Amino acid sequence: MIDDPVIQVRNLSVYYGKVAALRNVSAVVPRKMITAVIGPSGCGKTTLLKSMNRLLEIYSDVKVTGEVLVDGVNVYGDDVEVTELRRRVGLITQTPNPLPMSIFDNVAYGPKIHGNGDKEELHALVERCLRSAGLWGEVKDRLKEPAANLSIGQQQRLNLARVLSVEPEVLLCDEPTSALDPISAGRIEALLRRLSVDYTIIMVTHTLRQARRLSDYAVFMYMGELVEQNYAEKFFNEPDDPKTREYIEGLFG
Amino acid sequence: MDNLGRRRMEEHVFVVLMSGSILVVVGSLLSMVLTVLGKGLGALSLAMVTQTPKGGYYLGKEGGILNAIVGSLYLATGSTLLSVLVSVPIAIYLYEYAGESRRTSYTRRMLDALCGIPSIVYGAFAFTVMIYFRARASLLWGILTVTLFEFPMMTRGMDEVLRTVPNRLRETAFSLGSTRFEAATRVVLRQALPGILTTVLIGFGRAIGDAAAVLLTAGYTDNIPSSLMDPVATLPLAVFFQLSTPIPEVQQRAYASGIILLFIVLGLSVFSRWSSKRLMRYVVR
Repeated sequence: MIDDPVIQVRNLSVYYGKVAALRNVSAVVPRKMITAVIGPSGCGKTTLLKSMNRLLEIYSDVKVTGEVLVDGVNVYGDDVEVTELRRRVGLITQTPNPLPMSIFDNVAYGPKIHGNGDKEELHALVERCLRSAGLWGEVKDRLKEPAANLSIGQQQRLNLARVLSVEPEVLLCDEPTSALDPISAGRIEALLRRLSVDYTIIMVTHTLRQARRLSDYAVFMYMGELVEQNYAEKFFNEPDDPKTREYIEGLFG
Repeated sequence: MDNLGRRRMEEHVFVVLMSGSILVVVGSLLSMVLTVLGKGLGALSLAMVTQTPKGGYYLGKEGGILNAIVGSLYLATGSTLLSVLVSVPIAIYLYEYAGESRRTSYTRRMLDALCGIPSIVYGAFAFTVMIYFRARASLLWGILTVTLFEFPMMTRGMDEVLRTVPNRLRETAFSLGSTRFEAATRVVLRQALPGILTTVLIGFGRAIGDAAAVLLTAGYTDNIPSSLMDPVATLPLAVFFQLSTPIPEVQQRAYASGIILLFIVLGLSVFSRWSSKRLMRYVVR
């Protein structure tokens, strides 16, 4: 159905202790498009997202079965270097989470740990990323200031710049605009739209209108299971599953 | 009494109780400081902080306690440095690496137990070891002994500080591809730095105030030690020895020594507030 998926999820189940958060989920993510993951709270959207960069495993008591293939390689395979996986599959969190350092260092942190120590190169890279995130003009004279001094909307764009700095291929976005005011949210949406030319974007969202507005492909989750997935056009206009239709029409959730 | 009246009464009783508790704290601190000041201020002189004891000092003649001031600073600095070297890796391992398990919970309980052991027991233990090595009381053995009881409380303090670092910072560090070590040292420690500094300075305060452990291991001398193998005097012991003499002038000097110790600790706490405020600059709230 999809020719060249970046990510293929196969029979994925995730347990927190004994509670199943995902049950036997299989999904695909098309390349260089925006895929929206929708569904009511607690349906496993975020868990699905965090299974893709193996962030779930930093907590004990989480069990994952099944496969997540990124460019055909199972990320849960034995010889996968998890730090490299997380570099390639970046995560934009719901809250901006500035690191306890300056604006510059927030963006430079990633390249530094991945071995880019050259000062000039680093400066150019930080500037490039801040420009891509539409933040450069606002922060170019205050790069040494603590990142936490920025407004939350700016912080979220910094978050984006920080993820871009390690040159990922996939951007996982976990409700990236839900903590923001409408104007800041609009800017993030526009940025994501622009970035989808070069990056594969997977976005969890609570806002159906946002999903309709942005997505090229959509996935509907319900109670830890995947109900339906399809190209946005078809998905939002003629969903196959009655559950999907009810959700899209706002009958529950 | 109706319900509202009862609830108001309850409110009043607790406000009185709480104010009373504050009074106890402030009152005991004030009365202690005032007593020490009142008894010692008269004997405090420049000579006390610039000279070592001359012959007959303990009989009321000339000299000062520079030996004990310098000795205490050496001892507390040395043991605090060693304790930091031991505590930071343990705390990072316990909280950032090991995760919640039976082993970490046992380790924490053991550290708690170590915190609870009186320092004289550490002194006695170290003394036994010294006898085995045929070693004499010295700055080095003092430092080692004090480290032994300073590092458990420092480790537990840091452990608690790391607990206050929000998990979203770790998640952020990991999702950029950090190893555990990078997440712990470059992100978590940075956020925790003010708290860690406070813990370190509390440890320093414990070290400089201890008398029992060093009594058996550091010895006492009227000279400023010139090497780690020399015996060393400490302020608490200086207070003790001077107070034990029957001569009133010397007893007064004991209180004056107490004032000096008090000021060192006070200065330390002011410094700790000032420096952690500066370190707070990049901390994320």
